[in-house]
Amino acid sequence: MPETTAAAGAPANGEITAETVQHLAGLARIALTDAEVESLTSELGSILTSIAKVGEVATPEIPATSHPIPLSNVTREDVIADVLTLDEALTNAPDAADGMFRVSSILGEEQ
Amino acid sequence: MARTKLMDFDRALELFEPVIGLEVHVELNTETKMFSSAPNTFGAEPNTNLTPVCLGLPGALPVINEQAVRYSMSLGLALGCEIAELSGFARKNYFYPDMAKNYQISQYDDPIAFDGSVEIELASGRVLHVPIERAHMEEDAGKLNHVGGSTGRIQGAEYSLVDYNRAGVPLVEIVTRPIFGGEADTPEIAAAYVATIREMVIALGISDARMERGNLRCDANVSLRPRGHEDAGMSVLGTRTETKNVNSLRSIERAVRFEIQRQAQILADGGTITQETRHWHEDTGETSPGRPKSDADDYRYFPEPDLAPLTPSRELVVELRAALPEHPTLRRRRLKAEWQFSALEFQDVVNAGLTATIEATVAAGVPPQTARKWWMGEVARISNERGVPASELITPEQIASVVELVDAGTLNDKLARQVIAGIIDGEGTAAEIVEARGLAIVSDEGALVEAVDAALAEQPDVLAKIRDGKVQAAGAIIGAVMKAMRGQADAGRVREIVLERAESQ
Amino acid sequence: MNELITLTAAELAAKLAAGEVSAVEATRAHLDRITEVDGQYGAFLATDPAASIAAAERIDSRRAAGESLGELAGVPLAIKDVLVTTDMPATSGSRMLEGYRSPFDATAVAKARAAGLVNIGKTNMDEFAMGSSTENSAFGPTRNQWDPSRVPGGSGGGSAVAVGAFEAPLALGSDTGGSIRQPAALTGTVGAKPTYGGVSRYGAIALASSLDQIGPCARTVLDTALLHDVIAGHDHHDSTSLDFAWPSMAAAARSGADPSSLAGMRIGVVKELMLDGLQAGVNERFQEALALAEAQGAEIVEVDAPHFEYAVAAYYLILPAEASSNLAKYDSVRFGLRVAPADGGTVESVMSETRAVGFGAEVKRRIILGTYALSAGYYDAYYGSAQKVRTLIQRDFAAAFDRVDVIASPTAPTTAWHLGSHRGDPMQDYLNDATTIPANLAGIPGLSLPIGLAAEDGLPVGLQLMAPAFEDARVYRAGAALEALISDRDGGPFWARVPSADRTTIREAGN
Repeated sequence: MPETTAAAGAPANGEITAETVQHLAGLARIALTDAEVESLTSELGSILTSIAKVGEVATPEIPATSHPIPLSNVTREDVIADVLTLDEALTNAPDAADGMFRVSSILGEEQ
Repeated sequence: MARTKLMDFDRALELFEPVIGLEVHVELNTETKMFSSAPNTFGAEPNTNLTPVCLGLPGALPVINEQAVRYSMSLGLALGCEIAELSGFARKNYFYPDMAKNYQISQYDDPIAFDGSVEIELASGRVLHVPIERAHMEEDAGKLNHVGGSTGRIQGAEYSLVDYNRAGVPLVEIVTRPIFGGEADTPEIAAAYVATIREMVIALGISDARMERGNLRCDANVSLRPRGHEDAGMSVLGTRTETKNVNSLRSIERAVRFEIQRQAQILADGGTITQETRHWHEDTGETSPGRPKSDADDYRYFPEPDLAPLTPSRELVVELRAALPEHPTLRRRRLKAEWQFSALEFQDVVNAGLTATIEATVAAGVPPQTARKWWMGEVARISNERGVPASELITPEQIASVVELVDAGTLNDKLARQVIAGIIDGEGTAAEIVEARGLAIVSDEGALVEAVDAALAEQPDVLAKIRDGKVQAAGAIIGAVMKAMRGQADAGRVREIVLERAESQ
Repeated sequence: MNELITLTAAELAAKLAAGEVSAVEATRAHLDRITEVDGQYGAFLATDPAASIAAAERIDSRRAAGESLGELAGVPLAIKDVLVTTDMPATSGSRMLEGYRSPFDATAVAKARAAGLVNIGKTNMDEFAMGSSTENSAFGPTRNQWDPSRVPGGSGGGSAVAVGAFEAPLALGSDTGGSIRQPAALTGTVGAKPTYGGVSRYGAIALASSLDQIGPCARTVLDTALLHDVIAGHDHHDSTSLDFAWPSMAAAARSGADPSSLAGMRIGVVKELMLDGLQAGVNERFQEALALAEAQGAEIVEVDAPHFEYAVAAYYLILPAEASSNLAKYDSVRFGLRVAPADGGTVESVMSETRAVGFGAEVKRRIILGTYALSAGYYDAYYGSAQKVRTLIQRDFAAAFDRVDVIASPTAPTTAWHLGSHRGDPMQDYLNDATTIPANLAGIPGLSLPIGLAAEDGLPVGLQLMAPAFEDARVYRAGAALEALISDRDGGPFWARVPSADRTTIREAGN
């Protein structure tokens, strides 16, 4: 997967700082309070210290397992099924108009 | 907004070498979406082509569409690529309201196809091989409608409405390696490459490839490097910009050209190029800056745990390869020679997207130039007028039936145009329309002679001129006769009769 | 207390099939029980008596019309709120999904309905299945029916207490790192996690896609097996579900009920699963259970799994990483909570506010951790490495299963603790899952059954059995045998020993 490059706001030893937590909260779209940032910074720091040990045994020749039971070529036929009605699609919508989901103005841009 | 300062194109080429990289997204025309069994149709009412998977409802899971895999493999083979022995999916994580799950299922480490090459031919006859880095499968996003604000674009909108019909539609993303050595042809190369991809997917039957509908999208990466590094390959590259969603062949060429000129001016002025995404504006013919690349682009790719990897069999690869249609460039060369069109005539046909249509018309028995005349003439005219693609107005077989009637002398060109219009308006077959509207050329000689005599009698001065040797004066009589016959006469035969009758009076 | 509710599912099913009792009666009896005790236990988040009765009525009419119904037809079923249902909300224990109504049923639920099981209500859980005590539910904790001042375990405390307190004979749960097995141990009930892919995840609100499994909960091994048979099987909606002809778990449980079936079975004890913090009373019961098995001719084998010490670390990288991605869909746009700032905000700020309000502390903690583990520059060291540890753990299991047929361990290192007492270091709680996590990482089946009470506190102790992938029947066979031995030793089934207020009216088993 992705090649190793330095991430924003994090020192080389991987220690979590408040800046890191803020940055991550931005990536994860969660508005953390200052108190939350503070407690998360210390909690995550201590958790990471414990779980960083995975690096000890994860040597290059060991393959990664992403799927516990190996399967391959699981596909389906190109046939229409399970289609929702418009009502079903919108039934849990917090806000809808003209058969579409309504959201506030968008700041960012399409990828 | 002041117009962007642009260096003259030729001057830009003197100082810099343009390098481009192209990303083309092809929407596949499978029955259902990439990972969901929702219908893949254009133009449905908003949010009616959905399953729980498309909306990212809690508990929904993706399942791979096998037809989309086959189409992607065929496309990879047509691109001259190798097909992966093991190909997996990955999640590309980012938040945006048109992404129902706020991650896109795509491919990262192991795309379905890689290391290919596409031959393209420019109008000048120059042939290039565009190197293909990879082609991979992914899913499309939904559509946002921005409401309020002045331009219908994001900036200034009050709110947005989201339609997920397009969310999950199968996409193949084709990524080229940097294209060097294009020089002054670089803008045309970009357009020709996309045109070739377009022909390819149409010939494969895997995409409708209608750029105006977004079936085929191009992002153009442009950078300049100073002269003197032509042999440096990848080791010396300028900063690139990415111009997104350029949605017609013409716009691609213009956008690439614009970026070359814009970047050259900045560099010559001592500035630096900002690495950024840019947007093409069709109305102003300019690109404008979008969002700068930032660490918000940390997509945190990881292997998609909900899907099993693919291990396409070599037997399937052989089967698909055997079923590939002829390479577009080869096919075009062959057709141009067979039809004996001039380079310009042929290019016009290609640009109009009518190569296959004319090929089918020729197969239906119509001489190539005649086919070209009708499709690029009358049908194109009506197509432009109504904004409907030519191929949706009338079929090659129907054109052939009209041509047959012209050949048989039942219709002249003017009448044929009326019949074509009638077919397009759904009045029936050519024969039915001729019958119903009584459009057949009158071949009854007696009627023609009668009409000619009547016209001569009405214009004795013209008769005198003709008898005097001023043969061109016959035109007035011919015109009168054609009018009286409501155009349903063969003008050449009328002229002969006029001269005969004038002589014999 | 109505006697109907103390029947096992198998017994109730037999009475239903024989026409001695109707589905409506059985459903009413359990609804009454819920009304009577759930105020104290808080096992349920939602019930809909009218819907349950209507479903029961349909079963009764079909039976009356002569239709041949499944073995469990008419038996009430509690459903963990992690499974989406069309007839009741699904919240996954979170404010984020309060009131959410799915347009489709989870496959496990659909199969249960098709088998004639009656949805009696949705049970409480730790928010988004993150937790080991059900204290992380946004809607208040569930209390252990054995001692209501204590936790029932988690994340599936609601389902375990529902069956333990006779509010339902059967329940569906989910298990990502022990969320079925550990509550079973702490409440003195039975719960199983199938082989990964054995039961469809379609309609299970995802936590960690490569670890989640849906599984059965009940008071006995046979009941658990009967429910397992209903929900297991291939589902084309779930690309990770196994296309495998599973043998009947109920048949395995029935054949295992004769303890002599243990003769010759090699039972492995993994020293790395005998944790440092193992409570003395828990170990005592565990050793006793092993001795009982040995007396039947089983062979106890010491096994070493050197990489198990990395299991918790790997799990707490893989789970948060996958969860951070799975929970991204909760963004206020299509469903769920929406919280807008006063000025309306941009869609980005609405998303961020909504997620700030809608998610609890543990969920936020794991999302942030997972985002970190996947982020640029850290993938290889964290997530990438954790996936390698997974390979090593699978290899450890493979080596172990070369030498033994099943592996046994205490399901949890301690008995149930007091509500509110584990409010300190989250890592400490994570380490308590060290016994159950390896099975999820490897994808192998696991089952927990009660083997007695710990001497120091009189609270239930569970024993966990694990077998190779696809060998779920083995844990049911061995589990049934052990259950019979425990029952013989105690003079009655474990579930009858629960010290609930109306203990005196609980039918004595064996009468």
